[in-house]
Amino acid sequence: MEETTHIDVKPVNKDKIKLFLRVTLYLAAITAFEFAIAFTVPHEYKWVRIIVFIALTIVKAYYIVSEFMHLGHEKRSLKMSIVLPLLFVVFLIFILLFQAQAIYDVLQ
Amino acid sequence: MSGTAVVVEDSNKSIWAGGLEPMKASYGKLMMWFFLLSDAFTFSALLITYGVIRFSHPAYDGAVEDFVFSQSYWPIPEKVFEAVPFLHGVELPLVFVGIMTFILILSSVTMVLAVESGERMDRKGVEKWMLWTIVGGFTFLGCQAWEWSHFIHGTEAGTRLLDGSIIYGASLTENQYGPSNFAALFFFITGFHGFHVFSGVVINFIIFYQAVVGKLEKRGHYEMVEKVGLYWHFVDLVWVFVFTFFYLV
Repeated sequence: MEETTHIDVKPVNKDKIKLFLRVTLYLAAITAFEFAIAFTVPHEYKWVRIIVFIALTIVKAYYIVSEFMHLGHEKRSLKMSIVLPLLFVVFLIFILLFQAQAIYDVLQ
Repeated sequence: MSGTAVVVEDSNKSIWAGGLEPMKASYGKLMMWFFLLSDAFTFSALLITYGVIRFSHPAYDGAVEDFVFSQSYWPIPEKVFEAVPFLHGVELPLVFVGIMTFILILSSVTMVLAVESGERMDRKGVEKWMLWTIVGGFTFLGCQAWEWSHFIHGTEAGTRLLDGSIIYGASLTENQYGPSNFAALFFFITGFHGFHVFSGVVINFIIFYQAVVGKLEKRGHYEMVEKVGLYWHFVDLVWVFVFTFFYLV
């Protein structure tokens, strides 16, 4: 068996490795930037902090899903099948955060 | 046979009639994607629940320097998570979770390198990078065990309640850091994520073993590495969100 099957190992795809290292660098830099924000922007600017954190999180999520999970290079039908259902999550966030405010008002 | 195949590809409708891969991904890979989508809904629900419970409690509105733990308002996360192993009594807010985040990102990178080796049929590369991924997963789990243990045992001073008694750390019934729901959500969300990491490490190990004994090489492709890779990246992705919504915000 071992003698008859010869495995052809292809050479390393340097462009791909470079892409992965670049994405790693982005992810590390964004995380470091989040730390910088957490310790330099005072808590009085609560909503500035929250919006920046959420925006940076979505950027990180985009890089992980698109490059590491390779979804950015899949067929459009597959991309849409995964991304569009997540709109329900956005819907749920808005509904339940209004609900939370209502609960808070009742409890106070 | 080949004649019929050409006809099928010409007609746009019958591309979905079976026998082909309309999304240019194998059945197993598609099912992994749809499983991950359902898992994403589960984690979204958990994190949104955190938001609902947090916003239905009063927020701390004094100066950050004067912050003390109290049951009557939601704690500032960076005041709770400020301990680092071997540095007892030193206040280093969020440093340890930052290290955990980097560990998980790095293990995601080694996973992507394992997938790349698999595409080239490079068995040695798959073995090496899968092993590093497993090491990264175990390191993360160890960090989380320490984090939980510290959270459960609490600070040295503890928190004095209104009736004069002092409580230390957090359990499912009492919590020195804030409202008891804060501890419940911490255990549930990081616990559920930690369990995903644990099952990911187990699955990674199974595939690593199959690569080592040559089973995947005999099969002629390393698509299993790609599938468990999707799961592992998803675990990293969830941590990115947990890190933001539980620790930073």
